[in-house]
This record gives sequence, C-alpha cells and structure tokens, in this order.
Amino acid sequence: MALELSISRKDLRTASGQSRMVLRDVAFSLKQGEICALLGPSGCGKTTLLRIIAGLDSDFEGRAGLAPAQRVGMVFQEPRLLPWRSVAQNLRLVSTCGEADLLAIAAALHLTGHLDHFPGELSLGLARRAAIARAFAVRPDILLLDEPFVSLDPALARKLRDELIALVLKRKVTALLVTHDVAEAIAVADRIIVLSAAPGRLVADLPIDTPRQALAPAAAASLKAGILELMAKAQEP
Amino acid sequence: MQRTSTKESSTSPLRQSLERVTALALTLLPLVLFAAAWQAGSSFARGGLVPAPLAVLSVMAAEARSGALFFNLGVTLARVAASFSLAMALGALLGVAMGRSKMLDRLCDPLLIILLHLPALVTIVLAYIWLGLNETAAVAAVALNKLPNTAVTLREGARALDRSLDEMAFVFKLPPGQRLRHVVLPQLAPYFAAAARSGLSLVWKIVLVAELLGRSSGVGFEIGVAFQLFDVTRLLAYALPFVGLMLAIETFFVRPAERHLSRWRTPHGA
Repeated sequence: MALELSISRKDLRTASGQSRMVLRDVAFSLKQGEICALLGPSGCGKTTLLRIIAGLDSDFEGRAGLAPAQRVGMVFQEPRLLPWRSVAQNLRLVSTCGEADLLAIAAALHLTGHLDHFPGELSLGLARRAAIARAFAVRPDILLLDEPFVSLDPALARKLRDELIALVLKRKVTALLVTHDVAEAIAVADRIIVLSAAPGRLVADLPIDTPRQALAPAAAASLKAGILELMAKAQEP
Repeated sequence: MQRTSTKESSTSPLRQSLERVTALALTLLPLVLFAAAWQAGSSFARGGLVPAPLAVLSVMAAEARSGALFFNLGVTLARVAASFSLAMALGALLGVAMGRSKMLDRLCDPLLIILLHLPALVTIVLAYIWLGLNETAAVAAVALNKLPNTAVTLREGARALDRSLDEMAFVFKLPPGQRLRHVVLPQLAPYFAAAARSGLSLVWKIVLVAELLGRSSGVGFEIGVAFQLFDVTRLLAYALPFVGLMLAIETFFVRPAERHLSRWRTPHGA
C-alpha cells in the first residue's frame, strides 16, 4: 500500500476562534501506481486532507499512514517557488535525481528555455509547470497535486494534463489529485473518490476500468452524469 | 517593427552616455553650489570662523602627509566596523528570535524599548565608567546603541516570514542549513539591508561621540582637540574626509550589495 488513511474527524479553527468540522469518517487506501482523483465541491476539506497526508497538519482524529521511507512530491495550489532562485535552482535545491534526469523532466514539461528565469518572470502556466517539475525532481513515490490546473485556460490545462499523465505513467508514481472538476477527474484518474460538501464524508469510491485515454466520449459522459448525481444527492440534508 | 526601432534609438550609446553625463552633472551641481557658497561665506566671516575651502584643503594635505589623517580615519573606521558588525549580528539574532517566539518577545520587548530610547550619551558614559576608558567600552557602547534598532527591524522581518514557503521546505524535506540559506535568509535580506543602511549612518555618528569622550585617537578625538583650540579649519579637515569615506562605503558597498540581493525582483512585480 502506498497510503493508508483513516480520519474520523478533523476540525478547523477559524480566525474568530470558532471550530468547524471539515472532515468526517474519510478512509481509503491507495495501491502502488494508482492515479486517484479526490473529487468534491469547494470547501469540502480536500486541501485539508492533502495537507494531512503531506504531514503539514497533524491535529486530527485518526491515522494517516505514509510508509516512512516514501518520498513525497507535492504541487500546491499556488506554485510556491522560491522567487529569489531561478527555475533551475528551484529544481536542483530539492532534486534527488541526476542532472540528466532533471533536464529530462524539465524538457517533458517544456521548461528547457526557462531554466534561467526567476519565477517572477514566468506566466502562471509556466510557474505551474515548474512546480510540477519540482515535485518530480524528488523522484517521488507518491505525488500529491492540489488543483494543479485551476485558473489555466482550458486548452492549456488539457495540454498540461496530458504531459502530467505521461510523466506519472512513465515514472510509475502513485498520484493523488485534488479537483472539483468532474471531467478533469475522469480524464486523469483510474479511480475517483467523491467527497460530500463540508464536513467532507466519503460518498463514493469508483474505479474506472477503461484506461483513461481510451474512454469513449459517451461512456465518459454517462460516468460524469452519474458522479454529478451522486454529488447532488450528498448535498441534500 | 516601428516600436522596436524607437526603443533602439532611445538606448543608443550616444544617448546613453549623454544621459549619464546629465545625471552626473545633476549630482555634482549641489556640491559645486555648496563650495561656492562656502567660499563666499568665508570672505564675510571674521576671525577664521569659516575658513576658506583652500585653507581646509591645505590642512588636510598636511595631515595626510604626516600620516595622521589616515591613521585617525583608519582607527575610527575600525571602531565603526567592529561595533557595526557586533550590533548587526547580535541585533539580528535577537530580533529573529523575538519574531519567532512570542514568549521571548514579551520578555525582551520592554528592555528593547528602553534601549531604543536611551540617549547615546548615557550608554557611552556608563560604559566608560563601568568598563574603563578602553576600546571594549567604546565599541560595546556604540554597538548597544545600534542593537535595538536592528532587533526591531529584523523582528518585523521574522514576523513576515512566508508560511507557505516554510511548508514547501517541510514537504520537500530541505535540511535545516539549506532551509536557512535558501528560504529564510533571502526573506530577511531586505530587512537586514534596511537595518544596515540606517545602522551605518547611526554608528559612525555615535563612534565620533565615543571618541570625543574617552579615546585618544580617531576622527572624534581630533575634532575634540580642534574644538578646544577653536580651530575650525582643522575640524573641517577631519570631518570632510570622514563624511566622504562613509559616502563612498554607502555608494560602493551598501547599495551594490542591496541591488545584488534584490535582483530577482522583476520590474513588473514578482
């Protein structure tokens, strides 16, 4: 198992001092090499869940078990690059792979011409690519992605998505991708975990049998309709 | 195409050197005006109260020939360097620690406020009385005057550290040394530069007072002697080169260092 997770309850304290439950009874495990999408409406605790898995948040009831030797690569919602280091330096700083491999990752994400740039000189799309390259540079066993395509234009998002999947498959990485976009989840994942609106509960855990590229449009559409229905039902009190 | 060619003409070598000459002239103009006003003033004032620029220059040359000018400048500069580095190092450590720990902040804040408002003269006199009329007392007193200033500035820097980058460093398992060098220090650099710049001007002013009160060498001591003899020419002959030296350090070291540290800031914002 790449990841075993069982959270019975997670509260978040707001700035006004009130406590709000964001996650309740969420348990699942990921097999090695699985590409899983974590799908749910905004504010349902997806990012919180990802932060718990990454070890950034340990104030919850339950267990989040990453094998200790596992290397984690993470792509935050914002690129979070060091603005005072060039793209190449940002990658090298965390890199555990050789220089040639690093350049291959950069090339796969079309960053070769931008390695000498500072993050402030990059567009959002390029900064995202740099953040994704950085996550791959640690040769991760598990990759955590927090809405990596949000606020990119659709054509660009699709292109980046394909490049990302290609890298994930080539490097046999287990990936957990947080998204609120059903179509995106279907296009990327071979398993979709659906969370309800806050407090996030596990609504469904759907395997997708067909390899993602080969899924026929009609089948994808019916799958999407099914998931949307599930999500709508979870909204009802 | 049209736009490119206009851009090229505005940065042509001739235009550039013309701009540079204009900038230099604008910088020098106030100095020339000042020298002229000085010359005019000296011809009106009586009893050598305002010596002519040339008279000051000739004393300066005589002191330079005897080596006294360079010796005293060197001694003062060494004291400035020692107390400045001491104040920056200890002040930065204290400031960052206070910015990170609420308890330490509560504990040290009143002391910091007292130090911040304590007149330099009090610190200097007390240091000379308690530690004796020696180099340690002079350097410690000056450093103590600058330290709270650095601490307050760096405390702001430590409070403003970006949590999201900290989390990134945690997830990517950066070792503490690298985290400090690549994540924390670059964020503190602007605060450090601000503290350094204001610190240098503060320290060299206070060093002169400390020298006047309790040392027998340095620019401050020489100015004290000139004061006792009412020798304005000598006073200016020591004061002006020292101001020049400090200006040179600011222009050739502090500013380039600042520019180097902030080169990643792109004009259109990061």
